[in-house]
Amino acid sequence: MTFIAYGLYFAALTGLAWALAAAMQRVFDGRLPSGMLRVETALLRGAGVDPARGMTWLGYGMAVLAFNLAGFVLLYTLLRLQGALPLNPDGIGGMSADLAFNTAVSFVTNTNWQAYSGEAQLSYLSQMAGLTVQNFVSAGTGMAVAVAIVRGFVAPKGTTLGNFWLDMMRSVLWILLPLSIVLALFLAAQGVPQTLLGAVTATGVEGGEQIIARGPAAAQIAIKQLGTNGGGFFGVNSAHPFENPTVASNLAQCLSILLIPVSFCFLFGRMAGDRRQGWAIFATMAILFVAGLGVVHAYEVAGNPALGLGENMEGKEQRFGAMLSALWATSTTAASNGAVNAMHDSFMPLSGMVTMVLMQIGEVVFGGVGAGLYGMLLYVVLAVFLAGLMVGRTPEYLGRKIESREVTLAVLAFLSMPLGILVGGAIAATVPQALAAVQDPGPHGLSEILYAYSSATGNNGSAFGGWGAALPWHTTALGVVMLIGRYAIILPMLAIAGSMIRKPKAAATSGTFPTHGPLFVTLLILTVLILGALTFFPVLALGPIAEETARLAGQSF
Amino acid sequence: MLTHLRPALSLTLLFTLLTGLAYPLAMTGAAQALFSDAANGSLIERDGTAIGSSLIAQGFAGAGYLQPRASASGWNAAGTGASNLGPTSAALIAQVAERRAAFEALNGAPAPIDAVTASGSGLDPHISPENALAQVSRIAAARNADPAAVRAVIEAAVERPLLGLYGLPVVNVLRTNLALDAALAL
Repeated sequence: MTFIAYGLYFAALTGLAWALAAAMQRVFDGRLPSGMLRVETALLRGAGVDPARGMTWLGYGMAVLAFNLAGFVLLYTLLRLQGALPLNPDGIGGMSADLAFNTAVSFVTNTNWQAYSGEAQLSYLSQMAGLTVQNFVSAGTGMAVAVAIVRGFVAPKGTTLGNFWLDMMRSVLWILLPLSIVLALFLAAQGVPQTLLGAVTATGVEGGEQIIARGPAAAQIAIKQLGTNGGGFFGVNSAHPFENPTVASNLAQCLSILLIPVSFCFLFGRMAGDRRQGWAIFATMAILFVAGLGVVHAYEVAGNPALGLGENMEGKEQRFGAMLSALWATSTTAASNGAVNAMHDSFMPLSGMVTMVLMQIGEVVFGGVGAGLYGMLLYVVLAVFLAGLMVGRTPEYLGRKIESREVTLAVLAFLSMPLGILVGGAIAATVPQALAAVQDPGPHGLSEILYAYSSATGNNGSAFGGWGAALPWHTTALGVVMLIGRYAIILPMLAIAGSMIRKPKAAATSGTFPTHGPLFVTLLILTVLILGALTFFPVLALGPIAEETARLAGQSF
Repeated sequence: MLTHLRPALSLTLLFTLLTGLAYPLAMTGAAQALFSDAANGSLIERDGTAIGSSLIAQGFAGAGYLQPRASASGWNAAGTGASNLGPTSAALIAQVAERRAAFEALNGAPAPIDAVTASGSGLDPHISPENALAQVSRIAAARNADPAAVRAVIEAAVERPLLGLYGLPVVNVLRTNLALDAALAL
């Protein structure tokens, strides 16, 4: 039964993503009805943009930075001043400077790390005009950047990667917005609130008073899943019965988390003019995903004997149980989403480790919308380079030579993960005012720190929730590593694309290493595991692996 | 960078209006028109005042009622939270042992796992059918009712997994307690 359930889910996911990839190709190629073209052109011209003008990698990168900076400034201001602004029925005050910095960076970088609790610390205006907007445009930014980078690899020789404003607008208007409308209405029908009325005070059956927070949640949750954002309307995110009331809402959201990231694999194949290239990337990610899911599923269903017989239900919702919580946890950490429908802090040690590894390898198992694909292209560059070293030929990918400039840039981008996670985490594990955030003693406490810095650097946003994310040390430090994890990968990857597009394309010969077969998929998986996972193995041994060993010996902390 | 300033600012403004105001307001309008009960929080009302939401757990102390799963935040529906205690936490193991002893003393039946663990949201509206059935004799005694009648109300309330494949069987605590009140005097 388990296999049928998972099989149906993956079949639906792959089918939907396959169909969406075809539509996305039309959108990014501009093969759209003339009315839609007129709308986007008019809006762009109004903003002073000539959509026909291509941008070099540097111009594209600068446009990304300018747009994200403007979004940051607006969101930061809104959060600080929300107490004096309208649409605030529950009378919530302005945010402190460090928390507003953390939150604004978090949403602009598509991380959606939440050091605050939505129902207690955000007005409806901040949720809508602040967070929902960044849910859309940070996702649109990731998609645009991915499309530009893919053009660098596949387009004929040239100098420009496309127009950021046009790519971003098309992502939001024609892909994210229509999908969100459908999902938002489905979720509202399932019981997710979508109302401007404030909290309701209920008098319970036994006479006790219960204040029930609600709000315009469905619209935000739709884009939070589709855009791999993950920031919940309520503090406990998608475990909250108002965010995720039914098994049907859970499946729809879980599919939405992976939908666009999976589509990007197929879109890549289509843009490359060789769909096998897309399947190879898809196969690599799918194999890693299923391996991770297998571990999480097995441990969560087997449960925690220290708590009693049955599934590991601490921190889980009864309507989902261990299986749907395992599927969600794997999806949300693979896809850089970060929404949770169960508390990862209470997962078994090795399930928790899998979710960490999925983030630490750089969110490349489907990954964030767009970000997952260009993250995997980073590993592709390194894998092709390694293959070239092994056979003694100049490495090539899609007909273009991979040379020292590309490899240097790829290594540079790769280093942002250990920089954010190991350096950021090591500081957090030694400075006393940072250590105060740790809730659990023993190796699990180290896992809490490691998870937080992995999540922020990977732009994931989920957390081991017992950890005190609201300490000013961490709101600031995590804000910085979120920026590193986003832009220290985007800019080098754009630079690689800008360098690739200037090279002539050579026809494949009998000596060309094919990048679409099982051999390449194996090599790519090994590259991800050796480079990505081994970097973090020593610290994982001190955290989750030590905890598992202690648990098996019957020890508690 | 300066050449990008105008598009950056004007498009940020445009998307704020479009995705930050028009989209959520349009969704609010549509959801209110199409399914206003669900869109307003699935509230259950009695004599015109809300007694709770069918999606949100509330505490029950009386012996005549099904009890919900433990909540790390005391069923606070305006400030949710989980225990977030790790799998080797001595504090968690002690909490669970305490809940098990209390459940078994109260109900005279072994406690299923969902009865001794705290939910993720702190507002889990459901319990497992085994958990509900373990509470039958206590509820029947408190209501001076035939245990078979209590059992019948609970069994009628069991919701099955979607397509028989996804999720666990559940009993909605608030709705079932209202059904018990309707069927059997307290």
